[in-house]
Amino acid sequence: MKGKYKQNAVVIRQEEIANDVYSLWVRADKVAREASAGQFVALYSRDGSRILPRPISICEIDETDSAIHLVYRVAGKGTSEFSKFRSGRHIEVMGPLGNGFPIKDKKAFIIGGGIGIPPMLQLAKQLKCDKQIILGYRDNQIFLADKFRKHGEQFIATEDGSVGTKGNVIDAIRENKLNADIIYACGPAPMLKAIKAYGEENQIETWISIEERMACGVGACLGCVCESKDKDPHSNVNNKRICKDGPVFLAQEVEI
Amino acid sequence: MNMKVNIAGVELDNPVMTASGTFGSGEEYSDFVDLNKIGAVVTKGVSNVPWSGNPTPRIAETYGGMLNAIGLQNPGVDLFIERDIPYLKKFNCKVVVNVCGKTSADYCEVVERLSDEAVDLLEINISCPNVKEGGIAFGQSAKSVEDITKEIKKHSKQPVIMKLSPNVTDISEMARAAESGGADAISLINTLTGMKIDIHKKTFALANRTGGLSGPAIKPVAVRMVYEAANAVKLPVIGMGGIVNAEDAIEFILAGASAVSVGTANFMNPTATVDVIEGIKEYMSKYNLDNINDLVGMVK
Repeated sequence: MKGKYKQNAVVIRQEEIANDVYSLWVRADKVAREASAGQFVALYSRDGSRILPRPISICEIDETDSAIHLVYRVAGKGTSEFSKFRSGRHIEVMGPLGNGFPIKDKKAFIIGGGIGIPPMLQLAKQLKCDKQIILGYRDNQIFLADKFRKHGEQFIATEDGSVGTKGNVIDAIRENKLNADIIYACGPAPMLKAIKAYGEENQIETWISIEERMACGVGACLGCVCESKDKDPHSNVNNKRICKDGPVFLAQEVEI
Repeated sequence: MNMKVNIAGVELDNPVMTASGTFGSGEEYSDFVDLNKIGAVVTKGVSNVPWSGNPTPRIAETYGGMLNAIGLQNPGVDLFIERDIPYLKKFNCKVVVNVCGKTSADYCEVVERLSDEAVDLLEINISCPNVKEGGIAFGQSAKSVEDITKEIKKHSKQPVIMKLSPNVTDISEMARAAESGGADAISLINTLTGMKIDIHKKTFALANRTGGLSGPAIKPVAVRMVYEAANAVKLPVIGMGGIVNAEDAIEFILAGASAVSVGTANFMNPTATVDVIEGIKEYMSKYNLDNINDLVGMVK
């Protein structure tokens, strides 16, 4: 069992890489040392009116530089505050939190949708197998695709058809007649539902990363649960804690 | 410097406890906090059978606070006895088990199941605003507070703390009712019933519609209620509601609390409990105080 830390971190650099999407590199040695693909961190606001830390997925880990890369969308006042961080700024970060993706050696789909794309980048770097990377965006506000390209064959879907396949990630898979032996995915709930169904239909091992409103981030408050197919051994009911038991789950284990 | 306090015959190394529901059974925070240093860990509410809780979203942040509507999800008393109590017994902290139920008989069943276990104190949750049956229903009339306290006292071996709701007209009346019913201590405040509406989705922020408000936003209300309750009864009072740092904790102690609980602050800072303990010691040094008990209820 790896450790979790709350530590002071320093902003290395930050830039806006698409409308309202920010790329933030922070130096956080303890978190960087322990983190793996699919885990997340909690970032604290300095404004006393915002008491809860914001869960943000880890996009990349640079252990040699003791740094982590976070890519997030501004969704409210907390993330808006983060988007103004400049290099040298000290921030509080807790992590790494949750369980990441299992690293397996099978022909894989790496699927990301919208702001679910960032955690798939570290996974793409860690997986050594045959990889097909399918990224879904709303429109031509494409981000991180250039970084994914060197890690596997890449396919893009946009809802408005401005880039790649018009439609969603499943449409891109069908249009390009792709197949895989394992699926890893993160994205909005409707996308994950479709991927879970696709995995079941084609009998493919499917791992999904899901999100929910969180408070503690460490499994204590039971705020961020999802329904599980079977009785969970910890909760003793059909609920799993997304922050602690997830955010990555075998799709068939959770009701989404 | 004496930091030890006595709650209904149970001596705590220091007056800082955790607030039920914010700290699990301690294990989840053990990466950050040495549980030996906390006066007492108060567990998440436990019922006679496992409860699934409410649908999500269960959490919504509000200005300087948060709403929760977890709905007392818990694994049930059997698994709790098998797993959570042995875990907590590895540490020096006292163990307070929060008990919840839908009916008076449910509460008594849990209390009896715990009677031969290594539990120092029982805290009876008659103030949860997020469940349809039980919870707050027992905590909003003086008669029902007194009746359920009496009933529980018939079945309990450990001292009983009645946890009171702030969602009442007169808190001192409820405190007196608990005292008349034979309670050994009272704790307050539980959360204030609140609501948040998501103006973009045009719906309730919580699936349960209403939730319990906690965090720094409620502290002045909590200090006032602790003051009123402490002056209404002779029982020891455990004060809580928005305590984030030692200054907050000391306010409650000066208002009449013999011990305090740190709740939502654990989410804001995982080491909040031990930070509060250290801060109280610094305060006592600064003012040359050698006994924490001298501060209790000093402000009249």
